[in-house]
Amino acid sequence: MSTYPWAAGYIDDGDRPKVVTSRFHLEDGYTLERYHATGGYDGLKAVLKKSPTEVHDEVKTATVLGRGGAGFPAGTKWGLMPAGKFPRYLVVNGDESEPGTYKDRLLMERDPHQLVEGCLIAAYAAGLSQVFLYIRGEMPLAHERVTNALNEAYAAGYIGKNILGTKFSVDIVLHWGAGAYVVGEETALIESLEGKRGEPRLKPPFFPAAIGLYGQPTIVNNVETLSNLPWLAINGAAAYTAIGTATSPGTRMVAVSGHVNRPGVYEIINGTTTFRDLFYGEEFCQGIRNGNELKAFVPGGGSAPWFTPEQLDLPFEGRLVGAAGSMLGSGAIMVMDHTTDIPKAALTLTHFYAAESCGQCTPCREGGTWLERVLQRVVDGRGTRADLDQMFEIGESICPGNFPHASSSKLGLDATPFPYKMTTICFVGPSAFAPVHSALTLFRDEFEAKIVERKHIPVSVGVVDDHH
Amino acid sequence: MTTTEPSAANPATEAEAPPPDPNAVQITINGRPHTARKGQLLIDAAADAGEYIPRFCYHERMTPVGKCRMCLVEADSGRGPAVTVSCMVPVSPDMKVDTESPTTKRMQEGILELLLANHPLDCPVCDKGGECPLQDQAFSHGPGESRMLEEKRHYEKPIAISDLVLLDRERCILCDRCTRFADEVAGDALIHFNSRGNNTHITTFPDEPFASYFSGNTVQICPVGALTAQPYRFKARPWDLSQQESTCTSCSVGCRTVVQSSRDELLRYMGVDSDPVNHGWLCDRGRFNFESVKSDQRVLQPLVRSGDEFQPVTWNAAMAEAAALITEALAAGGPSSVGIIGGARGTNEDAHAWARLGHDVIGTPNVYAQMGDGLPNGLLAESPATIDEAANAATIVLLGPDLKEELPVLYLRLRDAAAKRRSRIIEFAPKQTGLTSYAWRHVAYEPGTQAAAVAATLSDADVAAQLAKGNVVIVVGRANLAESSAATIAALNEVRAAVPGAKVLTAFRRGNVVGALRVGMRAGTGGLDTRGMLQAAADGKIECLVLLGADPLADFPDTNLARRALKAVPRIIAVDTFLTGSSQHANVVLAASAYAEKSGTHTNLEGRVTALAREVTPSGSTRADWMIAAELALELGTDLGYSSVADITAAIAENVSGYEEVTSASAAGDGVLAGAPTDLDAVEIPLPAVPERNAYEYRLVVSRVLYDKAVSTAQSPSLAHLAPGATVHLHPLDLERVGTSAGSEVKVSGTRTSVVFRVVADDTVLRGTAWVPFNQAGPNVGELIDCFAPVNDVRIETI
Repeated sequence: MSTYPWAAGYIDDGDRPKVVTSRFHLEDGYTLERYHATGGYDGLKAVLKKSPTEVHDEVKTATVLGRGGAGFPAGTKWGLMPAGKFPRYLVVNGDESEPGTYKDRLLMERDPHQLVEGCLIAAYAAGLSQVFLYIRGEMPLAHERVTNALNEAYAAGYIGKNILGTKFSVDIVLHWGAGAYVVGEETALIESLEGKRGEPRLKPPFFPAAIGLYGQPTIVNNVETLSNLPWLAINGAAAYTAIGTATSPGTRMVAVSGHVNRPGVYEIINGTTTFRDLFYGEEFCQGIRNGNELKAFVPGGGSAPWFTPEQLDLPFEGRLVGAAGSMLGSGAIMVMDHTTDIPKAALTLTHFYAAESCGQCTPCREGGTWLERVLQRVVDGRGTRADLDQMFEIGESICPGNFPHASSSKLGLDATPFPYKMTTICFVGPSAFAPVHSALTLFRDEFEAKIVERKHIPVSVGVVDDHH
Repeated sequence: MTTTEPSAANPATEAEAPPPDPNAVQITINGRPHTARKGQLLIDAAADAGEYIPRFCYHERMTPVGKCRMCLVEADSGRGPAVTVSCMVPVSPDMKVDTESPTTKRMQEGILELLLANHPLDCPVCDKGGECPLQDQAFSHGPGESRMLEEKRHYEKPIAISDLVLLDRERCILCDRCTRFADEVAGDALIHFNSRGNNTHITTFPDEPFASYFSGNTVQICPVGALTAQPYRFKARPWDLSQQESTCTSCSVGCRTVVQSSRDELLRYMGVDSDPVNHGWLCDRGRFNFESVKSDQRVLQPLVRSGDEFQPVTWNAAMAEAAALITEALAAGGPSSVGIIGGARGTNEDAHAWARLGHDVIGTPNVYAQMGDGLPNGLLAESPATIDEAANAATIVLLGPDLKEELPVLYLRLRDAAAKRRSRIIEFAPKQTGLTSYAWRHVAYEPGTQAAAVAATLSDADVAAQLAKGNVVIVVGRANLAESSAATIAALNEVRAAVPGAKVLTAFRRGNVVGALRVGMRAGTGGLDTRGMLQAAADGKIECLVLLGADPLADFPDTNLARRALKAVPRIIAVDTFLTGSSQHANVVLAASAYAEKSGTHTNLEGRVTALAREVTPSGSTRADWMIAAELALELGTDLGYSSVADITAAIAENVSGYEEVTSASAAGDGVLAGAPTDLDAVEIPLPAVPERNAYEYRLVVSRVLYDKAVSTAQSPSLAHLAPGATVHLHPLDLERVGTSAGSEVKVSGTRTSVVFRVVADDTVLRGTAWVPFNQAGPNVGELIDCFAPVNDVRIETI
């Protein structure tokens, strides 16, 4: 479903300000010609007249929050690089692969020049020597469009030596990924760029800003984050912060999937729009399919703990959603109506994370698969009551203390602040447990309904390899 | 521990408070204060404080990777207790660590349950069972039972990843130890992870085995039974093994080992982590050549020649015969008509007893431990460097053989120095070596031009600036057996003239050759070295030759001279463990005990004296070399006064320069460094004039590779087939010039004879030179070497 046949999935009903999707309604919005005609590269020209510090301060003032998942302010991130250490790199994380997320793909397909311009502005403001654009392997059209955009921009003198006659020079290198979810993790992405196995780096060091690509200071920014910069450069921080709230300024893209009438990508106002607005609003999803009841939804990508209708009135505000026990993450929202088989839904997500584990650390490699296999058994009607507790036990080995959750009081767990403790190197391991934890905490009765009480445990429980 | 606490017993210390140690970090471990070192990893600091944190992937000699997650503890760095990877996180001031908190314990149990989830638990048939970190830590830190009901992961197994090592992927816990070792320590990154997630497994590259000289180390450091070694597989249970610490004598590095046996049969050697020497590593030849000790080809009792055959005899008869041979020789030609070659294979005590027998009882100055393939022993006296000094030098100048082939663990140490950028290597070699890719400067020279190449390089401004930084160690050895050792000495003198403060590490190769030379197995006044003795023998001037574990036909570079010598000598006494090519010519063969069958001390190339253990009973009626010497002396009418190894150790300490501190107690553990000898003659060899190479000829380069026909390799079934065999290696462009192709046979002609070799295209060989590995099966390159010529040139033709 889309408002425009060329931008499959994108819907822009309603009269909302557009920061990053302003060219999605144009069929040829991805060409340099159209980009120029709609104010393209004006932001870069404006920026080049200022000092890098001024531009950096403007981004800081605007509080552009990272749109990749963690929501860390971009301007602050740029400031974390050690002074005087060169070369320093910008790595663009276009390896969008969180289940349910498909907004960055549209940004790269529909408006690649906006991303290129954003990269150039960031490189200028943060004093970066080179940009590496990493695009997910399963996105051939995005790869093609960005390739063309880069060629056009090089030819037009926007990239390369002495950009637009100034002393500012930067190159952009395009890298096409090979298809691994974990490479969306920034340090794994850096490893992959270096030609190694896509495995997250060991922490410490905690941030690539200090030691990143090829051991140099590196900023890893999300595609949407950078796509905000051209608009910001033209309209200024004041105009940017006028949209949304003080702590969550601007707009953000959300990708809604599942049991709503109009699933799709929307650019919504940050901080004020609520989940209820999004699901039921006429300009958005227009209600749950077939007039069904909402049962649960995932607010921020497959690894986020689930919400129920109780949290419908929460706005898109990272801190509030965090306090409620989940996260906005990458802006992927999955809606489940009352017909959803919750254990199966959890299994689908857990299967994904177990399969996408890089295999580096024990809890994720062993725990994810084990969890999936126990859950599979339960879903198949071959589980026992002990299996339900066992899944929590496996989860405990992956993230001690389990997840804080809006409904954790049901289990008597102490709500600890997000993020949780984890025994793994990165968030993939806990992500495999997150859907199981949410589903089991919120809908334990559905799991119990699948358990057939038997006097004797069937022999097959112990010996059948149900995974293969 | 780097700080000293003021003690009440010493008020003086208390009065003037010691200045705070800038490297001290105060932390709290399990409620107790502890002083750690700045930058020290938490896991090590805890160990110092007596708290063992379980671990699998962490290994002190490799970069921490934090993969197994077994070492997670709760630590508070000021922001509340946090899950901390103790092998990755250095201590910070006021850190509070709890290795026993409920969360820590739950994490440890969780990780162990997960590690065991897919582990086959076939401990009863696993080689590692009984000495397995997974087993031990499952017992000490694990949950006690598994709740895993699902079918376990299955893989085809075992998979031979090399000729010596087998991989069981089901047992593997993917700790990254073997792969890290291969990459970081050995520099042979031939094994790696493949696939991902739950399907991750260790693999080699397609059609490329883990052909590393150091592959056995991966078996030793594997924390489970995933890697097993062919020579030990299913041979014993660890609790049945008895063991003693000893020293490897396969080459002169003197790696510290543990020798293990069961029911009086040698079964395994393990590396011991010795800081100054081997860091726990062994090469595969040293690790697996215990097989030769129990070979069924051993000479188990004395033999006396009768016509063309050997007759087994009693020791009394053999000793009487040997004494008679010596007495006859003394009568026929006097003391100097007796020569003794060898001694490098045995202990210091063996060599000293034989030196006494030769010099004092028989009275001959013709005693020598080297086989004409080394360098003048006087080098040992000249500002000797230790291995540690070499591996921590600012500049390492290599004037010698391929250390990877000849002294493998020294190669590991120097490679580490270069790879971790502690040292810069300046290498001079006639052919690329294992260290070439790590060298800061590699200078390839044609034999005969070594000194000139050194002089030219030293005049380079960058090189001069590097050497001017000081802390220079020269590693010197014999790079080419087909070239006079004078060339190496001349090159060494060039470097020493340019860098007067440089220290020298002499890369003598053979087992205990340094010890043998120093305790007396060297020529007395007017005495001959091995080449001199063989020449004298060929000229009919030697009446009796004793081969003390020496095989000149195999080891002396000039085979023709060795053959003529053995043919001309009327009386040969061999003291040997096997009937070698040379000992087959003997009149009497005295059956000698082998390594691990006798105790004593050993001297490595840096002069470190360490202990050798007797772990098994000597095979057959064999005797230690020193006993044979003492017995023979008695037969000749002199009592050396030695009735035990300890007697000789004491005699060495008393009589040998530099060995004053050596006792059986001081030789234990890392041993004791002998002082520099003061009784060796300075090296003075005139550099012979080197003729120009005829453009149609190739200059011969002959050196050893790790696996050759030496008995310890050839008599170890697991190693014997690893020897490459004799081939001639030419640069690919020279191959074209000769008009042949790789794999074809070519006729290689020297001044005396022609030998047919298969030819190999090898771009590590310098153009205009031909390289042949020494002492290999097949055609013998020794036939082409004239040991008196400064260089040896050959003509190569197609057949």
